Amino acid sequence: MALARIDLPQEARPGELVEVRIVIQHPMETGFRRAPQGERVPRNAIHSLVCRYHGAEVFRATLSTGIAANPFLRFFLRATQSGDLDFWWLDDDEVQGAAKTHLVVSS
Amino acid sequence: MKRRDFIGSLAALAVTPHVSTTDPLVWSFTRGMPVLPGRVKLEVPALAENGHSVAMTVKVDSPMTASDHVRAVHLIAEKNPVRDMAVFYLGAHCPRAEVSSRIRLNGSQRIVAIAELSDGSFWSDAAYIEVREAACTDGG
Amino acid sequence: MRKYLILAALIACAAEAQNRSGLEFASEEVRRLQASDAENPGMLWVDQGAKLFAQKCASCHVSMKGVAARYPAVEDGRIVTLEARVRHKEAFAYESDELLALTAYVAHQSRGMPMNTKISEKDVEKGKAAYYSRRGQMNLACAHCHEQNWGKHLGAETLSQGQPNGYPAYRLEWQKMGSLERRIRACMFGLHAELPPYGSDAMLELELFLVWRANGLPIETPAVRR
Repeated sequence: MALARIDLPQEARPGELVEVRIVIQHPMETGFRRAPQGERVPRNAIHSLVCRYHGAEVFRATLSTGIAANPFLRFFLRATQSGDLDFWWLDDDEVQGAAKTHLVVSS
Repeated sequence: MKRRDFIGSLAALAVTPHVSTTDPLVWSFTRGMPVLPGRVKLEVPALAENGHSVAMTVKVDSPMTASDHVRAVHLIAEKNPVRDMAVFYLGAHCPRAEVSSRIRLNGSQRIVAIAELSDGSFWSDAAYIEVREAACTDGG
Repeated sequence: MRKYLILAALIACAAEAQNRSGLEFASEEVRRLQASDAENPGMLWVDQGAKLFAQKCASCHVSMKGVAARYPAVEDGRIVTLEARVRHKEAFAYESDELLALTAYVAHQSRGMPMNTKISEKDVEKGKAAYYSRRGQMNLACAHCHEQNWGKHLGAETLSQGQPNGYPAYRLEWQKMGSLERRIRACMFGLHAELPPYGSDAMLELELFLVWRANGLPIETPAVRR
């Protein structure tokens, strides 16, 4: 299961703009590299990623090998109420990954 | 599309577009609609020391309301072996049309960001990045 | 040989007066990445290390603060690196994600602290000789680039002093975390020289010298380098 690091403000007020940053441990293998013995390392990149806040989709991305290894994403959502931020992703090897954090929203 | 907007689009087309609409990759999501330069801002360094990881931010000038927002932003590389780099799906729920990531570049080249708006129009920005290689290339 | 060593000592004195981290020679992108824990990919390995530490080490060990600053060390006449110490209970493979993660975690606990190894000049005689010896098809010694020409350009790169204070580091070239030994081998590869095996005497002696030379530089793990 790939590790991920999610960065969120400690707390947000309702209606406030929240900056979300995530970095996911994944080689985003292009399929063009060669291993020491000369054989090609097959392509394996995260191709689909979804972020849900309180169950509703707030961000979705289709990624490709043009995104650097250990992919980093930064986007914005609007705080409504305290709730979980759930990330889910899938790579070319059909391996799923997930990461979760909690956004505290207080008035 | 209102006549006003149509004429505006024609005027915008007088400016050199960033992409050719007949480019099959572009066609796959624009279906021939004109891609107008403007409203999108692609922020990348002019010079990247290393093509493995280059910081990229794309911003679209949009109120992000239910009736006027960015549906998606497509990121395309001119010279990467795989030209489609990413598609970021935003939507009316998204408060700010701004996404950052790190891209991988196979040498110096131009990249293009195309935003699809809720009214079905497409807008774009392009940037040229000079990519240097490391002098002491590794075997390990 | 003696003349060479005297010259080496003189150069070393001059250089030591201004020990500079590789960060000073890095590009804006690299510096930016290292400065942000939220964006630094190396932190993924530190996180993994924290988990592994809790699972495998916490039953005996509590705080690792200050530990990395004392390594490599000379114990009973043998050179012991941080990696070797971390492997003392479970022999993780060199350059495995587990070993990199644990080493990065331990070193990260000393981030900001100056390297403070208790090694004497006598301990690093062999490593120092290696540092000033020409090698490989390029027939260059480490000192030629990293002592005589740091700050200048080699191709598109700015030569650093070759300091070890940020390791294990996330190197863009590797697109992952790597150890100091891996980096030394990569340098040797650039010289088209024979690569000293991981954990070999030649490698350990060179590592010891590099850290002795860097004494006082703050630990930056997880550093980001090109």
